[in-house]
Amino acid sequence: MTTATAPAGYNFAYLDEGTKRMIRRAILKAIAIPGYQVPFGSREMPLAYGWGTGGMQVTAAVIGASDRLKVIDQGADDTTNAVSIRRFFARTAGVATTERTAEATIIQTRHRIPERPLREGQVLVYQVPMPEPLRFIEPRESETRKMHALVEYGAMHVRLYEDIAAHGRITTAYGYPVLVNGRYVMSPSPIPKFDNPKMDMMPALQLFGAGREKRIYAVPPYTPVRSLDFDDHPFAIERGDQPCALCGSTDTYLDEVVVDDRGGRVFVCSDSDHCGERQEAGRAAPARA
Amino acid sequence: MYVAVKGGERAIDASLEMLARERRGDTSVPELSIEQIEQQMSLAVDRVMAEGSLRDRKLAALAIKQARGDLVEAIFLLRAYRTTLPRFGFSEPVDTAAMQVSRRISAAFKDVPGGQLLGPTFDYTHRLLDFGLMTAAPRPGVSSAPMPGAAAGPEQPPMPHVSDILGHDGLIEAEPSHGAEPGDITRDPPSFPVDRSTRLQALSRGDEGFLLALGYSTQRGYGNNHPFAGEIRFGEVAIAFVPPELGFEVEIGDVELTECQMINQFRGRGDEPPRFTRGYGLVFGHGERKAMAMALVDRALRARELGEEPGSPAQDEEFVLSHADNVDASGFVQHLKLPHYVDFQAELLAVRDLREKAKVRGAGE
Repeated sequence: MTTATAPAGYNFAYLDEGTKRMIRRAILKAIAIPGYQVPFGSREMPLAYGWGTGGMQVTAAVIGASDRLKVIDQGADDTTNAVSIRRFFARTAGVATTERTAEATIIQTRHRIPERPLREGQVLVYQVPMPEPLRFIEPRESETRKMHALVEYGAMHVRLYEDIAAHGRITTAYGYPVLVNGRYVMSPSPIPKFDNPKMDMMPALQLFGAGREKRIYAVPPYTPVRSLDFDDHPFAIERGDQPCALCGSTDTYLDEVVVDDRGGRVFVCSDSDHCGERQEAGRAAPARA
Repeated sequence: MYVAVKGGERAIDASLEMLARERRGDTSVPELSIEQIEQQMSLAVDRVMAEGSLRDRKLAALAIKQARGDLVEAIFLLRAYRTTLPRFGFSEPVDTAAMQVSRRISAAFKDVPGGQLLGPTFDYTHRLLDFGLMTAAPRPGVSSAPMPGAAAGPEQPPMPHVSDILGHDGLIEAEPSHGAEPGDITRDPPSFPVDRSTRLQALSRGDEGFLLALGYSTQRGYGNNHPFAGEIRFGEVAIAFVPPELGFEVEIGDVELTECQMINQFRGRGDEPPRFTRGYGLVFGHGERKAMAMALVDRALRARELGEEPGSPAQDEEFVLSHADNVDASGFVQHLKLPHYVDFQAELLAVRDLREKAKVRGAGE
């Protein structure tokens, strides 16, 4: 493994120390008020807005020379943007990288929470495109901030109720809103709702960075995170009825892969590391549904 | 067996190599120099500097070359560089009345103190393709001597702002300096409503096309404010800075600016007599189209302050300022290229389930 050194001309992990301090202050405030969106002086990064600049700024602010970084997109380490971000930190911070969830100290993710339960001491950094869970109910930031301040979440419940009235169920399949520590309604970022339960009482620290929208928020370890629901329509996750074609898993989130133009498709784990570990362990067994 | 079609290191490397080749084009054609871009694509350089928020002609030219002429991409390159630079503070307010102008016109008065000066403008060219430019031959009638900078020319007569001439008679609203430290949109996240300095900054580095369309919309009835181009000027102004350790003003250089002051109707309200109001546009470099559009939008955004009923997109501060930045917009629109198959899979499951339920309901009826 390489030792941590920054390339000439740039500070360790790209951002200057003053900027990192500003971001760390925002992170500390976010941890102190779980689920609250803290405005911060987001910087331009050498990656386009919407491509993980918020997550990168958070990672750059918390990473140290002894950290081991894992980056995933759609659950996989080898998707192009995950490769690009991992390379960025390998180059600007010289830190060790890994594809193993168990070995990582910091995991930057887009759209997934790893299948393997995270432990104390690990940090999960989410890339967030739209931090405001109320945005599609109320487009104005000046209004949504008031709604959060006054715990005015009735409109969100009405929207979920209207879904049930019209379709018999809540149709939100990803980015499913949660209530953090009984206080703030929060967007979990566009993870499938399959992943929502993993956020509840997670031993690892969860940090959320939205670069373009200039917001940071957090869920400290062991914080209750509840997916919004109704007593007579409790939150439920959904899953296909097939096992992973590679490892046989029946309890993981699967991607559907179209294999021909006649409706043929197979299902494989979206978490490539978890799937690989299962295959290595020789546990690729037929589905035990 | 299915092999996961996922990108990866080799795909990225191959893509970067192809991009480099595409950028260079046919190698039998001489490569563009930075100097050529800086000199002969000067308005592109100006736009990239203005929206990239960094005044450096060489770096802007480099960004244009690297971005293969994609100006929004070049702006992004310059911004990503700019963000690594330290911030020393803010300058003293520039005095645009003391500008060494190379162009200055007023559409409100036939003549103004200091005179009208046409300067270099496309306005009176006939838009006919000049086939003579197809070859690099020297052009008859065009001096090959370098253009004297505005400052190097003869001493200019004083050119007070047209709006200040109106101001002497109280015909236009006064605009007193309140001396407060200006906001800095590159450091502080916006909190709406924003003050005018923050708004003008955001407009000044906002996307030219977006401002042009919004300004145009005000002319077509979506928040009309009856503008007159009181004055448009372009030239060089001196920048002065007070280093904290010295405590006095030091001139640190000149910068080219385009300024537009629109004069707009105001019928008065309550005990306020009718008078003219201002819309202000200021752009780094030579950017008249944008300065004018900015002045229209600035005035439209003052609707609430002036007691007008805001109802049009150009009058909606949060809408305009949240969507004016092309680095933000370009990134987020194009992020849709990133894989979304996890979310799409969740939607697939949900839609199949809903269809199943609908079928059962249909059968039950």
